[in-house]
Amino acid sequence: MTKYIIKRLVMAVLTVFIVATLTFFLMNAVPGGPYEAEKSISPQAKAALEAKFGLDQPLFTQYLTYMKNILHGDFGPSLKQRGREVIDIILTKFPVSAKVGGLSVLVSLIVGIPVGCIAALNRGKASDSTIIVIATIGIAVPSFVVCSLSMYLFGVKLGWLPTVGLMSWKNYIMPVFALSFYPTAYIVRLMRSSMLDALGQDYMRTARAKGVSEAVSLFKHALRNAILPVVTYVGPMMAYTLTGSFIVEKVFTIPGLGGEFVSSITNRDYMMIMGTTIFLATLMVFINFVVDIVYKIIDPRINLK
Amino acid sequence: MSEHLVDIRNLHLSFFTPAGEVKALNDVSLFLDEGEVLGVVGESGSGKSVTASAIMGITADPGRIVSGKVIFNGHDIGSLDEKELRKIRGKEVSMIFQDPMTSLNPVYTVGNQIEEAILLHTDKNKQEARERAVELLRLVGINEPEKRIKQYPHELSGGMRQRVMIAIALACEPKLLIADEPTTALDVTIQAQILELIMELKHKLGMAVILITHDLGIVSSMCDRIAVMYAGKVIECGTTDDIFYNTKHEYTKGLLRSVPNLYEEESTRLVAIEGTPVDMLNPPAGCPFAPRCPQCMKICLKEMPPYHEFSDIHYSACWLTQKAEFEEAGKGEE
Repeated sequence: MTKYIIKRLVMAVLTVFIVATLTFFLMNAVPGGPYEAEKSISPQAKAALEAKFGLDQPLFTQYLTYMKNILHGDFGPSLKQRGREVIDIILTKFPVSAKVGGLSVLVSLIVGIPVGCIAALNRGKASDSTIIVIATIGIAVPSFVVCSLSMYLFGVKLGWLPTVGLMSWKNYIMPVFALSFYPTAYIVRLMRSSMLDALGQDYMRTARAKGVSEAVSLFKHALRNAILPVVTYVGPMMAYTLTGSFIVEKVFTIPGLGGEFVSSITNRDYMMIMGTTIFLATLMVFINFVVDIVYKIIDPRINLK
Repeated sequence: MSEHLVDIRNLHLSFFTPAGEVKALNDVSLFLDEGEVLGVVGESGSGKSVTASAIMGITADPGRIVSGKVIFNGHDIGSLDEKELRKIRGKEVSMIFQDPMTSLNPVYTVGNQIEEAILLHTDKNKQEARERAVELLRLVGINEPEKRIKQYPHELSGGMRQRVMIAIALACEPKLLIADEPTTALDVTIQAQILELIMELKHKLGMAVILITHDLGIVSSMCDRIAVMYAGKVIECGTTDDIFYNTKHEYTKGLLRSVPNLYEEESTRLVAIEGTPVDMLNPPAGCPFAPRCPQCMKICLKEMPPYHEFSDIHYSACWLTQKAEFEEAGKGEE
């Protein structure tokens, strides 16, 4: 086990390194730069800014400098948000996104797993068909539609919920709903199909023949086998959801990390792009590692090597 | 109350599928006494496993008993609700299945799965259940049961898993063990061991056994009586000697002819029964075997033959025996 964890750690560092390298060169390959669009800036000032942040150096030198800096935990200053360090921006904005995202993950699991099971148990009946239709809509409808519609309905028409910011718990309802809509629908469908698969297995018949009650055979024998695909999906989903959604954060004006991802790219804020990408990659690698451990706990057949 | 341990009377059981009603069991009557071994043979789809599941009360959806009765150990299975059935299953009647590879839950230890049955039906606590599970594993011939009990099914071989299945089935010393093709998925050498084990345990615990198989070699050596099933009917039933040496039904004769003979001097081709099994959605009007029967007469295609009793326990349903009887009677009058 220790050997496995060490191996995974080495792999993790390697993965993040490759992601960082690829991102660095890809982002520099795109035309434009952080100070191209600003009209007011004079050529002298631009040159001075570029010299300050080392952007006048050859690309490879920039790369080496950046890599050396992040090894010391220095993610550099933001090129656009004057006077702010990338690491500070991430550390202040991530908790905001993580709070909304974490709630969304919880909601999608708490709703998705039981509803998927209910659909499987009532296969072919009206309740099953209704659940499938709703789940399909959930997968097909983009989040900006969910955001706008819920905002219009509950925020404007009915006036039940606030539409802006994160002042009280009421503020969380709509963003969490919008953010968990797709994953919930996805989990429902995954859970339904894997539950159906598990229910048809021979070991379920053995359980019945032993005299095990319906509830025990469902929760003990079927669920543990059926939940594996959901665990696989929830891993990466969690990383994406925790780091925030650009659309949901924009619509509900939430000061989260999701907005920073997109605006850093349109702004060519090189330091910010690198910082957020490395952060997401690290989170993803970590969560996948946890998922693999959880997998091993749920299914003893899985061999961690 | 019935004096037999199992008494199936005129059982009709159908599966109501979207394509139509499939009459899986069509007027099946069978009985089994305590400590007896009954072999049920027949080809796939003849109703062997459905009969077994009817005794357990675990007929899968959309199957339903249409008419008739299944009486097991004094219980009328058809009239019990799920809760009452659960008390019988695993306690008074147990079942082992064809494929030990998939019949055990892969995510729980062997011990957990044996203890589950013990905890369900007895007052034993966890510690006692564990001790009993170890004892059971030893009983079914598994070495180092203390170690095995902590292992998962994927760490055991096919033969061992079937032994574990038997251990689960015997956990509460049932009165009846139903073995549904227990050796079909196993190697021939392992097959023999498992069958020997079942017989040995039968003698030790004094339980009755229903052995479902399509291997006539197995039934000949193990069973007291044999029921031959075809298209949801018992077409011949009698003692093992009756079936093998006093065969009455053409289908049984066909089955016996198609057993390969080891001692034949020259190698001969295997004799097969011509034709294909009955389409259960549209069964023929008369005897279901008639379209494949080499001795088929006109009446066979029109009407189902009634049972003819040759002795108290040997009976079959075939027009040929009726005809023979009739001619015999005719001769007597002349």
